[in-house]
Amino acid sequence: MDPIREKILKPSKETRQDFVGKTLSYASIFLIVGVVLAIFLFVASKGIATFTQNKASLVEFLTGSEWNPGANGSNGRPLVGALPMILGSFGVTLLAALFATPFAIGTALYMTELSSKRSQKFMQSVIELLVGIPSVVYGFIGLTVVVPFVRDHFGGSGYGILSGSFVLFVMVLPTITSMTVDSLRAVPKYYKSASLALGATEWQTIYRVLLRAALPGIMTAIVFGMARAFGEALAVQMVIGNATLLPESLLAPASTLTSVLTMGIGNTVMGTVSNNALWSLALVLLLMSLIFNIAVRFISRKGKM
Amino acid sequence: MKKAIVSFVMLFMAVLFLAGCAGQKSDKQNITIVGSTALQPMVEMAAEEYQRDHSDVSITVQGGGSGTGLSQVQAGAVTIGNSDVFARELPGIKPKELVDHTVAVLGLAPVVNKDSGVKQVTMSQLRGIFTGKYTNWKQLGGKDQKIMVINRAQGSGTRVAFENNVMQGHKMLKSQEQESNGTVQRMVASTPGAISYLSFSYINKDMTALKVDGVKPTAKNVKDNSWKIWAYEHMYTKGKPDKMTKQFLDYMYSDVVQKNLVTALGYIPINEMKVQKDANNQVTPIITDEVKQDGSN
Amino acid sequence: MNTKKVNKLALGVIKLIAGIVVLILAFLIGRILLNGLPHVSWHFLTTPSRSFTAGGGIGIQLFNSFYLLVLTLLISFPLSLGAGIYLAEYAPKNRATETVRMAIEVLSSLPSVVVGLFGFLLFVVQFKMGFSIISGAIALTFFNLPLLTRNVEDSLNNVPKLQREAGLALGLSKWHTVIKIILPEALPGIITGIVLCAGRVFGEAAALIYTAGQSATNIDFMNWNPFSESSPLNLFRPAETLAVHIWKINSEGIMPDAEQISAGASAVLIVAVLIFNLSARYLGNRLYKRLTASK
Repeated sequence: MDPIREKILKPSKETRQDFVGKTLSYASIFLIVGVVLAIFLFVASKGIATFTQNKASLVEFLTGSEWNPGANGSNGRPLVGALPMILGSFGVTLLAALFATPFAIGTALYMTELSSKRSQKFMQSVIELLVGIPSVVYGFIGLTVVVPFVRDHFGGSGYGILSGSFVLFVMVLPTITSMTVDSLRAVPKYYKSASLALGATEWQTIYRVLLRAALPGIMTAIVFGMARAFGEALAVQMVIGNATLLPESLLAPASTLTSVLTMGIGNTVMGTVSNNALWSLALVLLLMSLIFNIAVRFISRKGKM
Repeated sequence: MKKAIVSFVMLFMAVLFLAGCAGQKSDKQNITIVGSTALQPMVEMAAEEYQRDHSDVSITVQGGGSGTGLSQVQAGAVTIGNSDVFARELPGIKPKELVDHTVAVLGLAPVVNKDSGVKQVTMSQLRGIFTGKYTNWKQLGGKDQKIMVINRAQGSGTRVAFENNVMQGHKMLKSQEQESNGTVQRMVASTPGAISYLSFSYINKDMTALKVDGVKPTAKNVKDNSWKIWAYEHMYTKGKPDKMTKQFLDYMYSDVVQKNLVTALGYIPINEMKVQKDANNQVTPIITDEVKQDGSN
Repeated sequence: MNTKKVNKLALGVIKLIAGIVVLILAFLIGRILLNGLPHVSWHFLTTPSRSFTAGGGIGIQLFNSFYLLVLTLLISFPLSLGAGIYLAEYAPKNRATETVRMAIEVLSSLPSVVVGLFGFLLFVVQFKMGFSIISGAIALTFFNLPLLTRNVEDSLNNVPKLQREAGLALGLSKWHTVIKIILPEALPGIITGIVLCAGRVFGEAAALIYTAGQSATNIDFMNWNPFSESSPLNLFRPAETLAVHIWKINSEGIMPDAEQISAGASAVLIVAVLIFNLSARYLGNRLYKRLTASK
């Protein structure tokens, strides 16, 4: 055959390359989606069993405050009121994110805009260091520093949502800050130059240009921070008090979905009501973080410039 | 870069492949023990010493909680399930399939923060504190300080033992719950007005262990049941243990373990008990001197 | 002039915030190091731990932590790299992609104990891999994937479009462009992701209790045959990491020096994370300079 013809008709080296690459990346995404689906299905099947097999009432689960899955209530259904934990989880996560976001953004701005390269590098490594401290260590620092502090300055026993939020604040700070730094850095340099050239002050540039341009990234950072706060157990359960009571105030002992789940899962037998009820908590956790996620996406889409 | 990626992926596949086909490749017999975190250190130490003399056995000891231990041994996934509670006390476990081996006795004592000013209570007062009848240490002859009850996680061995021996069917008030001895130890030591209960080995000088009905919480008092708050540590097998497992369990009852390890870890040796307790909390004196091994329920 | 005042005020506030954060960080790290470093010695770093007598060390746990980290990264990095490239470069912009992205993000809020139990039921029990370092590495992969994938995707997206067009204009295939031009440019951002993940691996306890286990079997550091039972490289031995050890000591430890060991181990852990982070950055920068020829 005509060699030129052959050369043209055969797929080029580039095509083959692209094919291999595409296959690799498709394979990984399929694997990951598979893993995600497997975990979701696993949690969902166990979590839903509480309502289908064990006949717990969904309404009671979401609105009741009596948590004792091993025992039956007056209507013969297991007592699975998860409202105290749902509120507790909401409380600590929102408060922690509320405390952490301004601090994280401020620090990130300082690092990217106001500080020298050296101190910026230093701060970055310190912040990254914090991610590696085990939750238990945070928990004990919380127990010995935060709890007495809250007890002396705010009142109550010191165990409660407020202490939990303080501990979580420190724990999510590194995640939010370092991701915010990344998204601020990704804003093209000429945005800033253009704004300054127009006579805007540094703050105006930061506020109107940089933060706006980096908003989607910052939102992702907050979502990940909140996700970490949601899922955190060991540290929170040491300072929040772990009482499955409706939180009366930020200072009264409360509990979170994760802490109840983590504490109970080793003491229950798989397939029983008590165990399934704990998986239902995990399912709620997933759903709540889904809602958060959608909400934040919605907000950031609105705020996009 | 591309080469690096490809080699990464290859390696990943290789790892997965290894993971898929390997599993057990040694000719040693494996004994896997899972369950109670409280019992883990003791069994782990015993297993380590046992393996020194028996190189043909490989023993893995893990925690995970009594519930995990019992459900996994029932499912046949592990050889022995460690538990702080009787199998029949845990819903979802079929106790008939499991054989109990009680290897040690665990003594529990109520502990309070030093500031409370209370050193002893009666059994009914103790019950009153945990049902919420008493809310201030003043009512029990202590300081004017609010009582803060710290409970253990629902279904945990320590809590079940405390409920069985103290509460007598009364419902505990809803309060703070903690999972581990270590955390409770620190919380009681540092929180004014706190009360909780701990196994003997965790009680230290930073807290007050209460006398109940005038009896001090000591190992000696547990042995003749004058101190009433105690429970067994169980090692469950599914059906009768096979030869290897039986040998290891026998080792757990030997003087080497009972006289040294068990005492060193703050437990009470099972063969020094003068009484026995069944799952319904009925205490009867042991008449013969023989070591109780199988089927205490 | 009003704007100038506002400017000054706002910048001052930012500096104040950064200052507070620095204080908090200094307090935390200072506290851990000051409490812990006095207990760290060569003996502490090299001896195996003891269950209930004083004088135990953390030698095996320290090695396990690093080994687990390497294994986890070996599994999770290629996967998230591939997935990140897909999401950033190949994925069509539609509902389905958005859903995938969201599912991955939601996964990251799962409490680690759930991931641990999932790993326990699937790998340890179902696949008969036992309590082993490989089960632990796969479980950790599960919850590192979201952050790492997201991070790779973001870093790739942050590379200006112009560079892609330049690559394509040169006649390179799309894949070639991504690998040779975009990826090197995105490297610093990806390194950040790796460093953050490494931190989580170092610090994770709950997921590992059920998978890699909480006992450190005696290993023989002279035996490097990965199939031998006592070899440090053996993938199927139970491996307690430093963080799990700290957790165990704090919750059930009854050795007389439990508090010192826990403090010392925490300090060692921080130093280990620091060493890893610094070397990752250093290597990343070297690689970045070599790949982009921006010396």
